[in-house]
Amino acid sequence: MDFLVFQYPMITLQACLDGILLGVLFALIAYGMALQWGVMNIINIAQGDLVILGGYIAYFMYLYGIHPAWGVIVAPIIMYFVGIAIYKLVINKVVDRDLFISILATFGISILFMQLMNFAFGADVVLANSGYGTTMLFDNNVVLPNSKIFSAFISIVFAVCLVIYMKKSKLGRAIRATAQNARAAKILGVDTEKVYAATFGINAALCGVAGALISITFTIHPYMGLPYTIRSFMIVIVAGLGNLPGVAMSGMGLGVFEEFADYILGTEFRIGSVFLLLVLILVYRRFKLSRKREYLK
Amino acid sequence: MNKNFILYAAILIFGLAAPFLFPAFKVQLSILCVLIVLATTWNIQGGEMGYNSFGNILFYGLGMYLCASVQVGMFFPLAEWTESGGEKTFVHTPTQFFQGMAVGLVVAAVVPTIVAGLIGYSILGLRGHYFAICTLGLGVAAGEISGGIEIIGAGQGFTTPPFPNVGSLEARGEFFYFLSFFTLVLTFIAVRSIYSTRFKLILNAIRDNEDKAEAMGIETMKYKIIGWMISAFFCGLAGGIMGGLVGYIDSTDVAFDGREMGVFMVLMAILGGKGTLWGPIIGATIFHIFKEGFWTFFLGWQYVALGVLIVVIVIYFPEGIMGWLREKYPERFGEVVDEKDRKAQVELK
Repeated sequence: MDFLVFQYPMITLQACLDGILLGVLFALIAYGMALQWGVMNIINIAQGDLVILGGYIAYFMYLYGIHPAWGVIVAPIIMYFVGIAIYKLVINKVVDRDLFISILATFGISILFMQLMNFAFGADVVLANSGYGTTMLFDNNVVLPNSKIFSAFISIVFAVCLVIYMKKSKLGRAIRATAQNARAAKILGVDTEKVYAATFGINAALCGVAGALISITFTIHPYMGLPYTIRSFMIVIVAGLGNLPGVAMSGMGLGVFEEFADYILGTEFRIGSVFLLLVLILVYRRFKLSRKREYLK
Repeated sequence: MNKNFILYAAILIFGLAAPFLFPAFKVQLSILCVLIVLATTWNIQGGEMGYNSFGNILFYGLGMYLCASVQVGMFFPLAEWTESGGEKTFVHTPTQFFQGMAVGLVVAAVVPTIVAGLIGYSILGLRGHYFAICTLGLGVAAGEISGGIEIIGAGQGFTTPPFPNVGSLEARGEFFYFLSFFTLVLTFIAVRSIYSTRFKLILNAIRDNEDKAEAMGIETMKYKIIGWMISAFFCGLAGGIMGGLVGYIDSTDVAFDGREMGVFMVLMAILGGKGTLWGPIIGATIFHIFKEGFWTFFLGWQYVALGVLIVVIVIYFPEGIMGWLREKYPERFGEVVDEKDRKAQVELK
């Protein structure tokens, strides 16, 4: 069974392409996580739940007869304000506290969101049908849904826009300054409180875009948030903070890994293999760092 | 000392009499005992050692599966048992049940301890965020993977052996209550004696500054692993008991329930006060009463309440009840407070 992948190159190709298109989406979520991690030093366990919430926004647009692709515009706008609200209510109280406190607080938010979504939208697995059809490649041996290509394209567009925004705009420069040294930025007149709120809002908006795309290409379910958090965490630690090409590459790598794990081990072990990979990566990282006798805090 | 002795005697007598005083709450009291064990042992490495783990659920779930598997596997073929899905084709006689349970509990305690020792060296080298997220990943991965293994019931779950008919209807509740209460007493004695040794001071040194502790000549890794193994031992034991008590093991909802039990143990310890002996016990009791009250009266909203509760406790109450008491009455905790200091503080306010 293990050699199936190598005996049938078309299946391998299919898995690789699927994985890359999926990985671009993961990279978009991971970019949001890297942003808030770098700026506020917070790991947001509720990241995945924000993604799912964004997905439900697109799904509801679909239910009311609007094409779900418009969710890509609407979801980030709504999610931006959701992010700001979360920041004002919870995050600004934990931002300069012990790291474990922020993990636990966002874990609480994650459970809260999960349940509220379960109440509001029901526990069914849903997807928004975009009706984009499929593309056949290589004598119809490789099937790619157009929605996946669309979602990868939109993710790249958003990521590029954000990178340019962070480089050029005043807020972007303030965010980067705060990430480098919050105290110095404050002295030089940056309102760090506002910057933190904006960062969290932008992160939530990115999650909204990713969620809307996921609701078109895959399925969403209230309890599916945690794997997205773990994936984005994994991508960020593999790539390192502030390394954008690295985030894109490791996102695609993770996508391909997942597709292969799906083919070789079976779908029931897919999520398990993601979590196991996280543990392995962290352990590998620990041994690599301990050889250098230095720790990252 | 004398006062303490009276307190312990009172609690012990109350504990022994509780199932007869409140016969309707026997199962709840047993669960409370298990929760206290979990919170107290989480506190060993979470509170005293400063390694905040979400992954102790791994040992709990492992203990649960091992205890049930041994209890069944000693007398009947395990695969056929899980395939029958709780149909009573095989029935344990009372002797078989208790023998199986005894051996099962020993295995359930020992194997997680060994597992903790084996993975400890790699996992405990991580710090801060990385340790917390890594252990979270371990717990969820264990749940997802055990949900795919056929011989322990895969997705459909594993029914633990039903309690044998020994004449009295009350016997099941009393057996599990005294089993969990005995475990609780054992845990308390063990933890209390650990806390009065140098070992606790070493753990605290690791929590306060690991690099300095290492520089002072303490083999931090060794003590970290030992601390984690102690937690794992009692978590496995608690899991084994809980498996028998619930009567049904599901991979992600009962055994490796990182979203629920895994967070509960952290929350209980924080609510009561991390790094104290009595904190987790008080925290677990209050939490259990709150939880059961909420579960009963607001069914369906319990997880919403849980999420809000986590956020509120973490933001407004990170020191816990014991921490709050300590700030208010420092003399009771053996801290000498200078009268001038206090006045100065009052003036500052």
